[in-house]
Amino acid sequence: MTDTSAARTLEEAVPLGLIPTVFQPRLEALSSAKSWMGWAGYQSAVVIENMEFEYFAIRNQSTLFDVSPMHKYRIQGPDAEAMLNRMMTRDVRKIRPGRVGYTLWCDEEGMVIDDGTLFRFGPDDFRLCCQERMLGWVLDAAWGFDVQVTDESDTISGLSLQGPTSFSILKDAGLDAAAALKPFDLAEIEPGLWISRTGFTGDLGYELWMKNADGLALWDRLWDAARDWGLKAIGFEALNLARIEAGFIAAQVDFQPIHSTLRLGRGRTPLELGFERLVDFEKDHFNGRRALLQQRQKGLRTHLVKIELGGFKPSNGALLYHRKTKEVGHVTSGAWSPTTKRNIALAELKAPYGGQVQDDLWAEIYVHEEGQWDRRLVPVTVQTSPFFSHPRARATPPRPF
Amino acid sequence: MGQHDTFDAIIAGSGHNGLTTACYLARAGLRVLVVEKNDWIGGAAVSRSLHDGWTYSNCSYVCSLLRREIIRDLELPRFGLQVIPYEGGATFTREGDYFAYYSDHDALNRELARQNPRDVDAYERFSQAVMRQCRFIRPFLLRTAPDPTSLKPRDLSELLYLVKKANDLGARELGETQRFWTMSIADFLDEHFESDLVKAHIAGGGIIGTGLGVYSPGTAYVLLHHYMGDVDGTIGAWGFARGGMGSITQALAASFESSGGTIVTGSGIDQFLTKGGKVTGVALENGDVYHASVVASNMDVRRTFINHTAESDLPSEFVTAVKRFKTRGSSGKINVSLDRFPTFPAAPDGARFLSGDMHCSTSLQELEKAYDDWKVGRWSQEPYFDMLIPTQIDPTMAPPGKHMMTVFVQYAPYDLEVDGVRSPDNWNETQRQAFATCVFDKMEQACPGIRDHILHAEVRSPYELEQEVGLTEGNIFQGELTFDQLLFNRPVPGYAQYRTPIDGMYLVGSSTHPGGGVMGAPGANAAREILRDVGKGQAMPVYTD
Repeated sequence: MTDTSAARTLEEAVPLGLIPTVFQPRLEALSSAKSWMGWAGYQSAVVIENMEFEYFAIRNQSTLFDVSPMHKYRIQGPDAEAMLNRMMTRDVRKIRPGRVGYTLWCDEEGMVIDDGTLFRFGPDDFRLCCQERMLGWVLDAAWGFDVQVTDESDTISGLSLQGPTSFSILKDAGLDAAAALKPFDLAEIEPGLWISRTGFTGDLGYELWMKNADGLALWDRLWDAARDWGLKAIGFEALNLARIEAGFIAAQVDFQPIHSTLRLGRGRTPLELGFERLVDFEKDHFNGRRALLQQRQKGLRTHLVKIELGGFKPSNGALLYHRKTKEVGHVTSGAWSPTTKRNIALAELKAPYGGQVQDDLWAEIYVHEEGQWDRRLVPVTVQTSPFFSHPRARATPPRPF
Repeated sequence: MGQHDTFDAIIAGSGHNGLTTACYLARAGLRVLVVEKNDWIGGAAVSRSLHDGWTYSNCSYVCSLLRREIIRDLELPRFGLQVIPYEGGATFTREGDYFAYYSDHDALNRELARQNPRDVDAYERFSQAVMRQCRFIRPFLLRTAPDPTSLKPRDLSELLYLVKKANDLGARELGETQRFWTMSIADFLDEHFESDLVKAHIAGGGIIGTGLGVYSPGTAYVLLHHYMGDVDGTIGAWGFARGGMGSITQALAASFESSGGTIVTGSGIDQFLTKGGKVTGVALENGDVYHASVVASNMDVRRTFINHTAESDLPSEFVTAVKRFKTRGSSGKINVSLDRFPTFPAAPDGARFLSGDMHCSTSLQELEKAYDDWKVGRWSQEPYFDMLIPTQIDPTMAPPGKHMMTVFVQYAPYDLEVDGVRSPDNWNETQRQAFATCVFDKMEQACPGIRDHILHAEVRSPYELEQEVGLTEGNIFQGELTFDQLLFNRPVPGYAQYRTPIDGMYLVGSSTHPGGGVMGAPGANAAREILRDVGKGQAMPVYTD
């Protein structure tokens, strides 16, 4: 529609649509499914080849997932610990240098803004990794503290190497120093390459963090070392199944980050998400403390719990009932678990259901098969431990497979 | 020899609200007549061709607020209405840069970060705050405002509904509500954003059509008023009516006529006729007289009562209140036929954001200064404008390869000051051209050389809007959208439920709740009240949120 004779070749000031991560050239070459999604503005794989095989590689061999689009905020300075301790619900002082901690943070009403992992490089040096963009909030939280906040989201790349043979790959890649890492340990294994024994699968696995410029070389190095260890690049779908098995929650899925909810009352507190152990009322004041104390006394509105269901049909979105009649909640993430051979889910129930009341719970699952809809009512039992848990995930030194 | 006919109801004015009322009444089985002073229908929702091959949206120019309940009830799509969402928007700077509003969320984030990294999250939070308020207000648009002094069950239940909705908001959000209704848009944006350019881009929505500056309290609500529309439920989205805004009133008229309604054009109201405190009909300027026991005016409250109703029929306090109702004109409009798409040197070739609303005001201070000029009776030397080229996506309004541009200009006074004298009569052709020159000069900032491509331009001051459309002082909202003139105060306390001191006479235009914009809500709400009064209340749909 515009006049093209003027021969202007200006670029947009900012790129439109999804942009590639450092690893996209490799992923693109491996992808036969050509199935992509947006993740924080980056092109991210839904499936590389085949979801089932990618999933089984997580539980049987090894997988690489590009976690570069994660939001990453570096927080450095003499007050970094104090500032983060004020922001987070857990006691950040207990995360020692060289450790990683899973953490949540709240607004003043105790509603979860997001969850994430806090990497402690040194006494005054942290990195917060999370799903939601958080720069404004972190800067607000840093007000009055002597800290420097740097948004590293677009400058640091990350690879998640997960699976029983993941250490063997590191070893063959010359990164055997990672052998000493216990779960949630973090170390600079080579200059500029930080490796943490963390992940989103509940299995043995590592996350590798580097400057963008070093990304492709590391990818190739891992890939060369993996010849005998069955490495697969994977997409989001396989990872999502593994994380449900591990019982991990996902923002925007199992809870609504309060800064992106329009409707009042859609936010959840850490207590309602089942993370009382990550709320430290003994430490000094933190964001949301007063509200959470009050809620602990008055009682929770909802319970986010792990459930097992009857039947074989995945229960995503299913409504939950007490005594088959009273609607008491819904499934937030549901799947048939191929490894545990159970029908598993995360579900949110209105208190006291899922809490004091756990008997006589049912799920109404709608099944669509070849043009016909079918409604199934299946029993629900509340679980307390992760669906998938394996000693190899915790063994130090790690096993070869 | 004049025409003499009797109808069940007469609507004075064929604007979108008048026609909306007319449609609902006709569908309820009433014999309805619409009278229109111009030779064409549409009021300020009109598409006219003034240059062969080109069609303008002469007054209102974009569509978002038109309630989807009304579109569905009156089957407007069946009668030809198509609303197409547009994307993008930009503010161009003097230095050759711009802020682009991308519909692509990721690109918008990057563009905001380019202006200031903090403004990415700020925009997210700002949008949340605005959306939350819009969600609160929207259900009230198609409800009659409750009379807080009344103990009638209906008023009490409406008040309760308001209290319940407010309660649903929560303490923090309710605090936000109060701030929105009372703050200036500039203060509100200053609280959220760092970038002057981003602030200036958003602030326009707070002053469009309003005799207030960006730092005047109350302008935050005006912004909200512009955000609470939707296209197919996407709140805040704006679109073009395919074929221009006239296609809305054309569809309404077609719907009306298919229900048996009659429209008479070419002669305006001379006088509303009354007898013993009751309305009996209308006398037109051409001598025709039509009778009806229900007469509804689509004209603004001042024009209706000061110009066309015998003052002796009205309580003096009411007349005083009507005279005090603020209808200050503050905006002009320029519609342009272009022989090609103008060149925007700052923008990349084929940039899609050019199909949205474009501006050249780059700071809140600049916008406030534009208001200062208006206060003393002059048009802004550095005017704010809202400029769009709909022909990028609407193929019906210009020949292929040619374009139509609509430029809404803020500020332009109604009573222009010339040689120390303020008067609407000062708006002559010379002044109008000088006004247009000033706007095109400023436009050079975005598209230099635009003048070389102009084949025809329609330049409208508030005075022309008054003379042609009938909007008193050229106020596009039929009265300022400030809190003192909203809800049960619109237009006059005690008369906010579409009824007037004269039995059987109603107001159905934007002077009434919930106010201006091509929304149709006043017309639909008024229809509900009229139908209740004539014992056909059940004919009106009940809306649920």
